[in-house]
Amino acid sequence: MRGGAEGVEWLAVAMRARRTARVYQQLAVAGFRRQSQYKLAMFAGLFTNCVFGLVRAAVMVAAVRAAGDFGGYDEGSIGAYVWLSQALLGAMQFMGPPLELVDRVKNGDIAVDFLRPVDVQLSYLATDLGRAACTLIPRGIPSVVFGYLTFGLAMPHSPWPYLLGAISVLLAVALSFLSLFAVGLIGFWVVETRGIRVLYQICGTFLAGLFVPVHMFPEWLRTLAHATPFPSILQAPIDILSGRVLDSEAIGVVATQVVWVVLIGIAGRILLAAGRRRLEVQGG
Amino acid sequence: MAELPLVSTPAGTLLTPYIAVLRSRMRAQQSYRLSFASEVFSAFLIGLIEFAEVWVIFHTVKVLGGLDLDAALLLFGLSNTTFALAQVMVGHLDSLPTLIRLGTLDAFHLRPQPLLLQLITSDISLRRLARAAVAIAVLTLGLMRNDIDWGPAAVVLLAITLIGGILIFGGIFVCAAGLQFFLIDGAELTNSFTYGGSFAAMQPASVFPPPLKILFGFAIPVSFTAYLPTICLLGLPGPPLLPSWLAWWTPVATIWVWLLALCLWRIGTRHYQGGGG
Repeated sequence: MRGGAEGVEWLAVAMRARRTARVYQQLAVAGFRRQSQYKLAMFAGLFTNCVFGLVRAAVMVAAVRAAGDFGGYDEGSIGAYVWLSQALLGAMQFMGPPLELVDRVKNGDIAVDFLRPVDVQLSYLATDLGRAACTLIPRGIPSVVFGYLTFGLAMPHSPWPYLLGAISVLLAVALSFLSLFAVGLIGFWVVETRGIRVLYQICGTFLAGLFVPVHMFPEWLRTLAHATPFPSILQAPIDILSGRVLDSEAIGVVATQVVWVVLIGIAGRILLAAGRRRLEVQGG
Repeated sequence: MAELPLVSTPAGTLLTPYIAVLRSRMRAQQSYRLSFASEVFSAFLIGLIEFAEVWVIFHTVKVLGGLDLDAALLLFGLSNTTFALAQVMVGHLDSLPTLIRLGTLDAFHLRPQPLLLQLITSDISLRRLARAAVAIAVLTLGLMRNDIDWGPAAVVLLAITLIGGILIFGGIFVCAAGLQFFLIDGAELTNSFTYGGSFAAMQPASVFPPPLKILFGFAIPVSFTAYLPTICLLGLPGPPLLPSWLAWWTPVATIWVWLLALCLWRIGTRHYQGGGG
């Protein structure tokens, strides 16, 4: 009899978990669908990615040829670095427009989000993962193919870097979103967050290794970069996908990403809770 | 404001409305002091970090595309000074897709002034002066550290480059704005010429493969803003396709960009049907 009651209770918990998972899954699908509506925007993003990629690849390949040792890169691996970073850029939303959240905090619509029966942070995250998935297919993969056809790049031949790389990309997208989310929440305390967001975007892209690989930084700057979550957003998935780090080292990189996702996720939740207490919505 | 009696009308000169708008925009930006300060600081940091990118590469590679770090200072200084100053004046044309989508562009059409002139003078971005300040500091350093033969020719070349460079980047912004009437959703496409152009201008063009040299040397002639004058000032011969004497042709490149810009702007505004408001 007792065993039966426990079983029923367990079943109820499982049902609830399944329902919750289904809600987030639906949100992710909605995020994917919404992004897929902007076809011209996607082509525009791809085109811009490729133009920037061409200039960056030309400079980087010349730099590798000119330098005796360029951070352990050769022509193939620097190509992989350039085109993978261009490919992931859209998904990471570093350069993109501000999150919808920023406006919602500013105009008070965030109050509506608090009333919904889903977690604010996780529901936005689910939508963003869907959006990111939709940028990777039409924007990310063609960027890499374009790079392969123009400047050429070396990718690993075994399946492991790709499998681990997929996990790493997922973690990087989540981390990038959670960081932007936390930065956007500063709007609870400051009227205009534009300056802070631009600051984040500029320091972030640089420390993430978008323009120059983090491995190329002088010692002190590299230490500084690794004290921030930014290398986990871009350099980490690039290193794993391109096969620069392998085996246990690669697992270590992914573990670092997990730690940052958890830390920044918690920071976001604390900011959200504090902001919720501070929020004052007028009118009715 | 009665300095221009030739064009004065009872309500002031032709310029009065433009100046009034610009003044109000400048005051508005400074009214939220903390926000303005943080934006100025961000712009300053953008300048510094863009320079850090160049520095990190030259820290490892002593000579890239025939240029050393000192020459790179000049290259970075010229391209960023001209781009940042162009951005101060016309960078806000970037927001044209928003104006079109919200229908606010129609309000500009109602006023008896040329649309492009109104849009250009509708805002001025003071915070970007901070970015220009970093670029000017680097340029000054570059001019001091390089062995330049300071005859009248060098001074004239520098003046032509600075004025022409600002006009070239300004013209590219206008080209981009003209295309926005067709793109709307694809606004990002033109970033490849505006921001991509500024990015390409910062690089030693000698490392580009021929198609990129033609693209950024002649079609979107950003090489005239920094690379060509740099090698000309330093007395370097320059790579095939981009010989250093071309630096003297900057005015022609400027005219080409503005012809293209005004053409695209005309086609764009003719195409525009209104926001339906």
